[in-house]
Amino acid sequence: MAEPRLIEISPVTRVEGHGKVTIHLDRDNNVDEARLHIVEFRGFERFIRGRLLWEVPVIVQRLCGICPVSHHLAAAKAMDVICGVDELPPTAEKMRRLMHYGQVMQSHVLHFFHLSAPDLLFGFGAPAEKRNIFEVIKENPELGRRAVLMRKFGQEIIEATAGKKIHGTGAIPGGINRNLPIETRDAFLKTIADMEEWALDALALARGYSLDHADIVDNFASFPSNFMSIVREGDGALDLYHGNLRALDPQGDVIFDQLEYSRYHEKIVEDVRSWSYMKFPFIRDLGAEKGWYRVGPLARMNTASFIDTPLANEAHKELKAVTGGAPNNAALNNHWARMIEVVHCVEKIRELLHDPDLQGTDLQAKGDRREEGVGVIEAPRGNLIHHYQVDENDQVTYCNLIVSTTHNNDAMNKAVKDVAVKHLSGHEQITEGMLNHVEVAIRAYDPCLSCATHALGQMPLQIELFDADGALVDSRAQAA
Amino acid sequence: MSDQDITFTIDGVEITAKPGQTIMEAADEAGIYIPRLCDHEGLRHQGGCRVCTVKANGRSVAACTQPAAAGIAVENENTHVNKMRRDLVEMLFHEGNHLCPICEASGNCELQAMAYRLEMVDPTRFPYLEPCRAVDASHPDIALDTNRCISCGRCIRASKDVDGKGVFGYVGRGIHRRVAVNGEDLAHTDADAADHAMSDEVCPVGCIIRKRVGFVTPIGEREFDKGLIGYEIEGKRRG
Ligand code: SF4
Ligand code: SF4
Ligand code: FES
Repeated sequence: MAEPRLIEISPVTRVEGHGKVTIHLDRDNNVDEARLHIVEFRGFERFIRGRLLWEVPVIVQRLCGICPVSHHLAAAKAMDVICGVDELPPTAEKMRRLMHYGQVMQSHVLHFFHLSAPDLLFGFGAPAEKRNIFEVIKENPELGRRAVLMRKFGQEIIEATAGKKIHGTGAIPGGINRNLPIETRDAFLKTIADMEEWALDALALARGYSLDHADIVDNFASFPSNFMSIVREGDGALDLYHGNLRALDPQGDVIFDQLEYSRYHEKIVEDVRSWSYMKFPFIRDLGAEKGWYRVGPLARMNTASFIDTPLANEAHKELKAVTGGAPNNAALNNHWARMIEVVHCVEKIRELLHDPDLQGTDLQAKGDRREEGVGVIEAPRGNLIHHYQVDENDQVTYCNLIVSTTHNNDAMNKAVKDVAVKHLSGHEQITEGMLNHVEVAIRAYDPCLSCATHALGQMPLQIELFDADGALVDSRAQAA
Repeated sequence: MSDQDITFTIDGVEITAKPGQTIMEAADEAGIYIPRLCDHEGLRHQGGCRVCTVKANGRSVAACTQPAAAGIAVENENTHVNKMRRDLVEMLFHEGNHLCPICEASGNCELQAMAYRLEMVDPTRFPYLEPCRAVDASHPDIALDTNRCISCGRCIRASKDVDGKGVFGYVGRGIHRRVAVNGEDLAHTDADAADHAMSDEVCPVGCIIRKRVGFVTPIGEREFDKGLIGYEIEGKRRG
């Protein structure tokens, strides 16, 4: 009989922190427990203390190399509040929205083509050499070309609104520092029709996969949970930039709704567990056991009452129809949800490009200083909360951030365990295909760690087996 | 050109100087830019940073303090001289804490602009001193982030000579010498937002900060988005 052993899967990361999976097997090789450990860059909340409030939206972009714009905007929204500005001039609000739609679009496109497409096209069990974007381009050059151009379009929108593709300075407390010149607008209008067509094609690909592989999708890391996001004030439409918090239970019933996000801490508690550096937020009223929830594209599809752009709304209805309107639990449907959001972003960008407010010159509002501010946005990976306090000298005294990966912490752990139980239990040997399954389950949540390590193809994985005494008995590595 | 005017050459170009002019002043008028950090128009020359080093008849001198002399041959733009300057600028980066992407002076900063002009591109060779100094935000209109101070002394001269105050001064000796406020913090001095010392042009870096301005100038419209540092002086010559 085999000894109890510990399996470790370590994605060796470069930027976003460090993560590893440990799977504890019992003496019969059944999965006893599975945990995802992420070492986050927690020093940030301390580092920002003492900095000046108007620097914060720029500084926070250092947090994440993949979606700096989301942090930039969430921090700027918090600083709007602190600067006493409750309503931005229309040009500022619309420029920021444009920036955000560009960011979500390019991030989702990157994820879909670079990270998901290899799995979707070749299967999760395919050998490592096959599961990367270069193979996708080889087999489908047109898809590869579009991926590059769509991403470029999104990045150029960011550059036009923030000044640079990464680490721009566009959003300032109370507004924005630039408008959109007519020539720049016209250049975007030339390609927007292509973007829409390609977004719809990509959507068809993602939807097709989900519908054709219902057996895989429904059985892979699919489990009921609560869902949370912001939705538009009043009608509950999808709104990636601004709104109130809504949380639904697994049946789709409301846990809380239209809650002003400045009151997030009344409903969300951040739990700490000894074995992880990352916090585990849960919904206060439901308690730590039942109160965990998911955020992200699929969560947004579940929480949104509808989408206010026609093509994305049709697609949303199709996705909702799969579950008869109830929340969709299958993590793999995040791919489908992402593509619905890409269509939505392209529709929104088109709408904004035709809006003369983008050429307005009233860029910044001023108000009476407050001590505290919360800014919330729906980042590509899900809900993102920035919360600050600032003293009378304009220096930050307190900072609390809840990033999407943290919101999803419990869900990711459940997903890993779910996959581990199904695919690893009872086996003596750890195959590459099994490892891939664990990796894919994590990646469906698009945590920063997997994205960062996977941006150029393969997530480097290491697996180590320990016996009951903690001695290494076997190891297996998947090279980058 | 008057009788007393003198002529000399910079990189082979003949220049005229009025009596008493420094090499740098004569060069400025002729549209030849000599790099500089501690020297600033309207302020007393200090000769501290040595970024303006030129070779005059083969000898290294500070162009901002060295009087022009008839017949001297000045070398300004050559590999050797620029390498010395680059080393000095590189050391300034190492003495402070400079994270340009998050600094509101980025694009308007003379230190950063000098690094660009001198093509400071190689990986650095010196150890970072990594100072960790608290931001002084006590004053209602001005903040000081001395992690970025290059001890050029421009603020000291502006406050003393132009404003008739004495808000800033040097403290410490040798490598520990640095610029500090004459008081517990800036709020405990007679500093005023209208002082010349607090104006945008005096501090070359992102140390003396006007509050609530931040990143209001978009990328593309900042001072050195318009051209390499020295472009205005060099423009005279071309124009
Ligand atoms: S002061 Fe200048 S060199 Fe230093 S961080 Fe700011 S922009 Fe960069
Ligand atoms: S505060 Fe600015 S002007 Fe004063 S010495 Fe430092 S760098 Fe120079
Ligand atoms: S500019 Fe001449 S020594 Fe500083």
